[in-house]
Amino acid sequence: MNETTIEVSALAPSPKSWGRRLYAWYLRSDALKGFTLLSPTLLVMGLTMLIPFGIMVTISFWAQIGFEFDTTFTLANYGEGVEQPLYRALLLRSLAISGTCAVVTVLVSYPMAYYVAFHVHKHKMTWIILMTVPFFTSYLLRVFAWKVILGYNGVINSGLKGLGLIEEPLAFLLYSPTAVVITLAHAWAAFAILPIYISLEKIDRSLLEAATDLGDGPVKRFLGVTLPLSMPGVIAATLMIFIPTVGDYVTPALVGGPDGIMIANLIQAQFGLVNNWPMGAALAIDMMVVVAVISLLYIWLTRKITEKIA
Amino acid sequence: MTSNNDFVSLTDVSKHFGSVVAVDHLSFTISRGEFFSLLGPSGCGKTTLLRMLAGFESPTTGEIYIDGAPMSEVPPHHRPTNMVFQNYAIFPHLNVRANLAYGLRYDKIEKAEVGRRVEEALEMVKLPGFGNRRSNELSGGERQRVALARALIKRPKVLLLDEPLGALDKKLREEMQLELRALQESVGITFIFVTHDQEEALTLSTRIAVMTRGKALQVASPKDLYNHPVSVEVADFIGQMNFVEAQVMDVRNGEAVLDATGLGKITAPASSDFVQKGANIIVAIRPEKLILSAERRSDGLGAVQCTIKTSAYLGDRDHFYVSVDGCEKPFAVAIAETGANSDQSLDRQSIVWLSWADESLILLPRD
Repeated sequence: MNETTIEVSALAPSPKSWGRRLYAWYLRSDALKGFTLLSPTLLVMGLTMLIPFGIMVTISFWAQIGFEFDTTFTLANYGEGVEQPLYRALLLRSLAISGTCAVVTVLVSYPMAYYVAFHVHKHKMTWIILMTVPFFTSYLLRVFAWKVILGYNGVINSGLKGLGLIEEPLAFLLYSPTAVVITLAHAWAAFAILPIYISLEKIDRSLLEAATDLGDGPVKRFLGVTLPLSMPGVIAATLMIFIPTVGDYVTPALVGGPDGIMIANLIQAQFGLVNNWPMGAALAIDMMVVVAVISLLYIWLTRKITEKIA
Repeated sequence: MTSNNDFVSLTDVSKHFGSVVAVDHLSFTISRGEFFSLLGPSGCGKTTLLRMLAGFESPTTGEIYIDGAPMSEVPPHHRPTNMVFQNYAIFPHLNVRANLAYGLRYDKIEKAEVGRRVEEALEMVKLPGFGNRRSNELSGGERQRVALARALIKRPKVLLLDEPLGALDKKLREEMQLELRALQESVGITFIFVTHDQEEALTLSTRIAVMTRGKALQVASPKDLYNHPVSVEVADFIGQMNFVEAQVMDVRNGEAVLDATGLGKITAPASSDFVQKGANIIVAIRPEKLILSAERRSDGLGAVQCTIKTSAYLGDRDHFYVSVDGCEKPFAVAIAETGANSDQSLDRQSIVWLSWADESLILLPRD
C-alpha cells in the first residue's frame, strides 16, 4: 500500500487527494458512467428479480411434503414436468396460443404502424397516443369487456342474430383458444405497433424513391425495401408479444374456458390449490427455458432469412 | 420518334405547391446525348424540375416529353429515366451487387446475364471487386459510384443526377467531374444534372439552364453563358463580374457610345435591341478582362485612373479591388500569377491605370 502510494504520487504532476483521483478515473471511464446510470435499475433488478429467481431455482430441486419442504436435492419435479402428458400438452398449447397471438397482432399492427409512419404528416404524436388508449383502462376490465363482446349472448352474437345472419349463437367465440388470442392481441397491440412504427419511420424516404425509380411498383417496393428494412421492428414486436403472453394466466382463466387453459394457470395452481411449490417452480423454469430457446431460434432464423434475401 | 435535338422537351411546365410557385412556365428542349445542367441557387426549382422528369412530382401545367412520348400518364416506375440521388440512396440491407441488380430483378433477364451486367457496371465505375460490400463499408466517393452504376445498369434514355457531387470534398469532386464527363461521353446517355455550383456546371455541361425563382433565365452553352449573358442576374451568377450603370448616347455601325458612371465616355459593341439612344443600361466586364498598369497604355484601350484598395493572393492569380472615382463599388481585377509579374507599383493605395478592350464589354438591360 505504501509502495503504490509513492509510485502514483511520483507519476502524478501534483499530489491529489484520493477523492479527486477517483473522480478523474470516473470521468475517464465510460463503463463506470454507464453503471452509475444503471445502478438504480440494477439494484431493483438484483433485489426483486435475481433473489426471487434464485429462490425459485432452489425450490425447484426440493420436494413438497405436506406443508413442509424436503430440502434434499432432487430432479423429480423436472422429470415429472417432461413425463406428465398434461404438462407437456399445456406447454405446447400455451406456445401455440402465444405464437398465434404474436403473429395475429403483428399482422394487424403492421398496417396501422405503416399508415402512421407514411401517410400521417401532421399530429403523429396524437395518433400514437390514441393507439395507447386501451391502456387507460385496467387489464382486467379490458378482458371483461371482451367477455361482454364475445359472450354467448354477447355483442357479436346478439348483433349477428338481430341481423338474421345466424340462428344459434356462435359458441366458439367465448371460452376457447380463439377468445384468448383475440383478447391478448387487443391487449398487446400497442407493444407491436410502436416498434414497427419506429422501424418504418426510420426508413430513408429516398430509398423508397430509389426503388420506384429502378422500376418497382408499390408491391415490389414493399417486398424489396420497406419490409426488409422494417424487419427489426417486426422481430422486436413478435418477441415482445410472444414472451410475456406465454406466461399470461388472467386472460385464459377468464375467457379461455377448459380448452383455453394455459401452462401459467397450472403453475398458479401449483402455488395455490395444489400446494406443490417445487413442482410449480420447476414448471415455471421449464417454460422460461423453452421460451428463451424458441426466441433465440426465431432471431437466428429471421437473421438467416434476411441475409439470404440480401 | 423525335429528331435528336428535342429528345427531352418541356412545354410550359409549371409546378405549384399550394401558393408557392416552384417551377414557372418552363419551355426548352434537350438534345439526345447532351450533358445538360440545371444551375441555380437553392430553392430555384431545379430539383423540383428533376423530380418532375423522374415522375416523383407531376406538373401543375404543361407536359414533359421524353423521346417523343408524353410523360404525364407514365408513373415513375415505368419512365425511361433513372436517377442518382443526392444522398445516393444505397439500399443498406443489400450489398453492392444486389444494389446494382435491384432494378433488374423483374426484368426477365437470365441470372448469368444479370451477373455479367453487374460486373460490367462495376468495371465502368472503377469499383471491380466491390460486389460484396455493404453501403456502410463504402466511402462517399464509392457510394456515389455505386449509385451511378445502379442507375446506368438500367440503360435509361435519360439519367437524372441530383447534386451527386455535393457531399464530396473538393479534390474528389473535381476528379469525379472529369470521370463523369468521360463516362457520359462513352455511354452516350442524355444526362440531366442539377447543381448549384456554377464552376461544376461550366466544367461538365454541353448546355446549362440558369434558373432562379422557377424560371429559366438563359439556356446556353457554358461559353455563351460566360461571354454573352443575357441579364445582370445570369452575369452575376456565372463567375465574377463588374457592373457599371451607363446611358446610351449614340448607336452607330453596331457600336454604342455610352456615358458610364466613373468610366466616362466609352464605346462597346452593341448587338441587342435594348441598346437604343437614351436608354439606361448596365455595362459588365469580367475581372480577368481588366488590366492594371502604372502608366497609361499607349495601345488605345479604354482607360481610367483608379486606386488599389485591397488585394488577395489566390495562388494562380492575384485579385485586386480598385476604386474608381464616381463608382460606388470597387472593381475586381484578376491578374494571372506568372511569376515574372512582380510590378512594385501595384501596392495598396497606389494610383494606377485601369484599362480594357472595348470588345470585352458586355451590355445588359437594366432589370
